[in-house]
Amino acid sequence: MTAELPPGLALQKVDERIMTLNVGPQHPGSGHMRLIVQIDGDYIVACDPDPGYVHRGEEKMAEYRNYILNIPHLERPVIHDSCNVLYPYVLGVEELLGIEVTERAKYVRVIASELNRCIYTMYWLAIYGIFLGHSTMFMWPAGDRELLIDLMEKMTGARVTHAHFVPGGVRNDLPANFEDVCLRQVNYFEKRIREYADIFYDNPILISRTRDTGVLSRQDAIRLGTTGSVLRASGVDYDLRKKEPYDVYDELDFHTNVLKEGDSYARSKIPWLDMLESCNIIRQALQKMPKSGSVRVKLKPNPKGKIGSVYKRVESGRGSLGCYIVSDGKPEPYRLKMSVGSFRNLIALPYLLKGEKLGNMPSVYWSLNYWPVEADR
Amino acid sequence: MMSADKDKAAEEKPAAEKPATKEAETAPPAPKNTKSEPKETETAPPAPKDTKSEPKETETAKPAPKDTKSEPKETETAKPAPKDAKPEPKETKPVAKETKPAAKTDEPELPAFEKGISDKLVEKFGDKVAVKFVKKDRVGIAASRDNVHDVAEFVRDGLGYDHVESVSGVDYPQDKEIEVVYHIGSYTDPSLARQILVLSTRAQREESPIPGNDATKLPSLRDVFYSVEFHEREVFEMLGVYFEGHPDNRRLQRTLR
Repeated sequence: MTAELPPGLALQKVDERIMTLNVGPQHPGSGHMRLIVQIDGDYIVACDPDPGYVHRGEEKMAEYRNYILNIPHLERPVIHDSCNVLYPYVLGVEELLGIEVTERAKYVRVIASELNRCIYTMYWLAIYGIFLGHSTMFMWPAGDRELLIDLMEKMTGARVTHAHFVPGGVRNDLPANFEDVCLRQVNYFEKRIREYADIFYDNPILISRTRDTGVLSRQDAIRLGTTGSVLRASGVDYDLRKKEPYDVYDELDFHTNVLKEGDSYARSKIPWLDMLESCNIIRQALQKMPKSGSVRVKLKPNPKGKIGSVYKRVESGRGSLGCYIVSDGKPEPYRLKMSVGSFRNLIALPYLLKGEKLGNMPSVYWSLNYWPVEADR
Repeated sequence: MMSADKDKAAEEKPAAEKPATKEAETAPPAPKNTKSEPKETETAPPAPKDTKSEPKETETAKPAPKDTKSEPKETETAKPAPKDAKPEPKETKPVAKETKPAAKTDEPELPAFEKGISDKLVEKFGDKVAVKFVKKDRVGIAASRDNVHDVAEFVRDGLGYDHVESVSGVDYPQDKEIEVVYHIGSYTDPSLARQILVLSTRAQREESPIPGNDATKLPSLRDVFYSVEFHEREVFEMLGVYFEGHPDNRRLQRTLR
């Protein structure tokens, strides 16, 4: 065999029937990760995901920066969902520093977090569409996403990497007239994404490609410890916004979307249903938000956390996102670990792909709502 | 030092680990056709063999042994343990402030539901576990390397937790130890939905590590919680803690030779 070639670069023939195929790490169909797939004819007999290609050492970097300086780089794993990525970190630091956040700041955070969830989901939906060969589904979400990006730009000053959440609240107050603009944009956005049902979710071609592919049973979804849309598409009613409400989610009225099928179709539909629910949440939050007041508690310079550890988690666009911070009383965290939804869902991938056709790989892979950069951190 | 055994640790299980990694029912990825039952029948790693399934009923009313680590949260005071407290659903906010005459006046009282969880563990394992902290929605338990597998089995079968959210390695060079922290949650039990059980254990730390072939080893919890599979591989990759009994004990990222 080709012993002199690196194992990642050679097509290895394992036996008479089984062939090893490397998908990635730079192939756009796999994101920035490699899938080592063994195929028998057209059928996948084994899949070995190989994450780590875009590992950035976020956790190690966090040990050398103080609690404030950690903010900008910790949102880099998922820049489209940067508010939600920072959310558990900020909640954890607030507990370590003993800060209580003002009511208005909590509402602003919820609005920013839901807007970001939609922005992320639209980006994911665009990719999901294009990899199923549905190029309209790439154009529409990529365009409609700009509505909310403009909103976030008004709110935070940046289009994607907002660095908006800080321990003690948010960095800046909302601009004047934000509530009206936000309401208008969100209403239009909701009207737009409802149209996606016609072109995408009710599309017989999509249904035939995703229905009954990669079925994950409820029992296995729990056993594998999946989270987020993967879990809820398999019939487990678990959303941290409901189960462990943070900030003001317990004061808002919304429901958790759960589907029972557990196939790629259900997994791709849950984020879309969540976006509709996010619009509902944003409207309520805009209504209930205190109209004035401070949005940031002033911190001491270089604040020191109390000794101990804290584990906070939020529901991000890809599921539960936890942040485990160990503090030894210094201004920097002693250890910071992000438990991310993408990495937790990755374990389901070899399980789901076994026995599928190779052509179904993109639909199964992207239906996991997987973001390689987040998984690698 | 990391690259010393690169060529053999890259693809294969480390050579010295033959007894531990015996039969790994199906080699690399997750088995598809064993849909029904999450439990594997393979025996536990060799270390915690002694205390298999002995309920240890002798030390019942023993209060939680204080951990020696100076955790500010732990207020295991003279309060008698309400160990048979029914898991009342939620609403266990730290009630106001308890006005104790003694020194700790500003510590909130321990949340009752979380205290019930830690008491059950202490009742079952006695001295073998140490309660590190009990706070709202979080219970911290430390177990030694020999007991962590048994504790995890009890956490799954006796307490109703069903998945691991996160496995973190924390390096303590001054103690010459590496701590591995499991954050365990539950999807199936609604009363545990917001609870996280933080189970930590410690492995010996080597000055010049040879990942997989030194003393930095812990029993794997993969046969208890299937969901730790990739997490434990990540800890092996990042901190060199080898998990004995893990069926697919490679580093997480494949290295190109």
